[in-house]
Amino acid sequence: MTKLYTIKVKVNGTEYERSVEPRLLLSDFIRHDLGLSGTHVGCEHGLCGACTVLFDGEPMRSCLIFAVQANGHEVQTVESLGTPEHMHPLQEAFSEKHALQCGFCTPGFLMTLVPFLEKHPDPTEEEIREAIDGNLCRCTGYQNMIGAVQLAAKKMAARQEV
Amino acid sequence: MKPIPFEYYAPSSVAEALDTIAELGYSGKILAGGQSLIPSMNFRVARPGALVDLNNIPELAYIRPNGDGSVAIGTMTRDSKVEHDAEIKRRFPLIAEVMTYIAHPQIRNRGTFGGAIAHADPAAQLPAISLLMNADLKLLKKGGERWVQAEDFFLGPFMTVLEPDEMLAEVVLKPLPARTGSSYKQVSRQRGGYAQVAVASAATLDEAGRCKQVRMVLISVGDTPILSKEVSRILVGQKPGQEAFEAVAEAVAKGEIDPGTDVHATADYRRHLTRVLVVRSLTEAFQRAAL
Repeated sequence: MTKLYTIKVKVNGTEYERSVEPRLLLSDFIRHDLGLSGTHVGCEHGLCGACTVLFDGEPMRSCLIFAVQANGHEVQTVESLGTPEHMHPLQEAFSEKHALQCGFCTPGFLMTLVPFLEKHPDPTEEEIREAIDGNLCRCTGYQNMIGAVQLAAKKMAARQEV
Repeated sequence: MKPIPFEYYAPSSVAEALDTIAELGYSGKILAGGQSLIPSMNFRVARPGALVDLNNIPELAYIRPNGDGSVAIGTMTRDSKVEHDAEIKRRFPLIAEVMTYIAHPQIRNRGTFGGAIAHADPAAQLPAISLLMNADLKLLKKGGERWVQAEDFFLGPFMTVLEPDEMLAEVVLKPLPARTGSSYKQVSRQRGGYAQVAVASAATLDEAGRCKQVRMVLISVGDTPILSKEVSRILVGQKPGQEAFEAVAEAVAKGEIDPGTDVHATADYRRHLTRVLVVRSLTEAFQRAAL
C-alpha cells in the first residue's frame, strides 16, 4: 500500500477532508469517495469529455487530474447546477430541445457549456461547435444541443432583465 | 484502467523541485499539466515510480514580454492562457492560431506550454512551433542552468536532451523580423484530433519582394518534428510563387520526411498530404509576409 495523503477539497460548496492514494483519479474520488455519481467516466484518456468538471471555475477533465492535486482547490460537478424542481436554464433547455437521449455524455456537456455561456452570453453556432469539440455524444445529438444552448442563452438573458 | 501505484511529491518551489528530481533520478517523472502523461499512466503505458508535481509552484507560470521583442513563457503556463494572451496575439499571431488546434478547450485549461515541448510528441503542435521559431529553452538542474535552442532539443519520439535531473523551466520566443508571415496547416480526422500531417512555416521577404529567409517544420512525418533544409535552399533569393512552392513540396516529400503507416493514414497518403500542405502553408505565409 502506498502512502496516503490527506486532502481538503471544496466540492459544490462543501468542504471535504479525505485520505487518498496518489494514483486515485479525481473522477473516481468524486464518484466513489464522495458518492457524487453525476460525473461520468468514459474513456479515461481525455477524448470523450464525459468526466468534465469545473476545477477552480474552469472546465477540465477529472480523469486527467489526480485527486491529491485537488488539495486546496474547488471543484464543481453537475450536481451543483440545479435540482429536478429547479433546474439550471441550460438543463431546462436541454430537456425542452431534446438535447439528450441516453444522457451519459450530458453532465460533461453541461459542465463545459455553463462557463462557456457565462463568457459568451449570445454565442454563434460556430462558437458553440468549438466549445463542445472536446465532448462526444454517441447518440449523435449535437444539432439539438446547439439549439438548446441558444435557447439557454435566451432564457438566461431574460432572467437577467427581470 | 488505473495507474500503477507511485510516490508523489508536490514541491512548492523550483529549488525544492530540483532537489527532488536530482534525488529521484531515473525513477522520477515531472508532472506538468498531465494531459499526455496521465492518459498514458491510466493505460499503464507510462509507469513512473514517482511523480514530481509542478502544479504548486506559481513562479513557473507567467507570460513575460521582454523589451527586445521576445516573450518568455514559464513552463507551467496553461495553454489556454497562451491562447488568449493579448501580447502573444500581437507579437506571434501564429502561436495564438496554433493553440486552437491543440486537443480541446478542457485540455488546454490544464495542459501546459512547457510540458508539451518537454513531452516531445512528434505529432504535437508545440514542439514543432518551438522548432519553427527556434525558441530558446531554459533547462534547470540543482545548482546549474543551461540554455538549449529548440533545434538541438529533440532527439526522437518523446525523447529530448533533458537529463533526468533537469527540468524545462522557460521558453523564450524570439522576435520575428519585419515582413515576416507565418502559417499553420493541418489535416486531422476531427477537430482537436492528432495531426495526420501538419506543416508550419514562417517566411520573410526583402524590400524587393524576394524571399529573404524561410523556415518550415513538418509534423507527424518522422520521429521528431522535422525542420526542412530544402525550403530555404530552393526559395531564398527567389520571388515566391506556386511553381517554386511545388518544387519545395516535391523535394520535401522525396527526401526530407519518413512517414509511417497507421490505422488512420498510410505512408503514401501522408506523403501526398505533405505535398499539398507545404504548398498551402508557404502560399499563406508569403501572402501574410507581403501584408
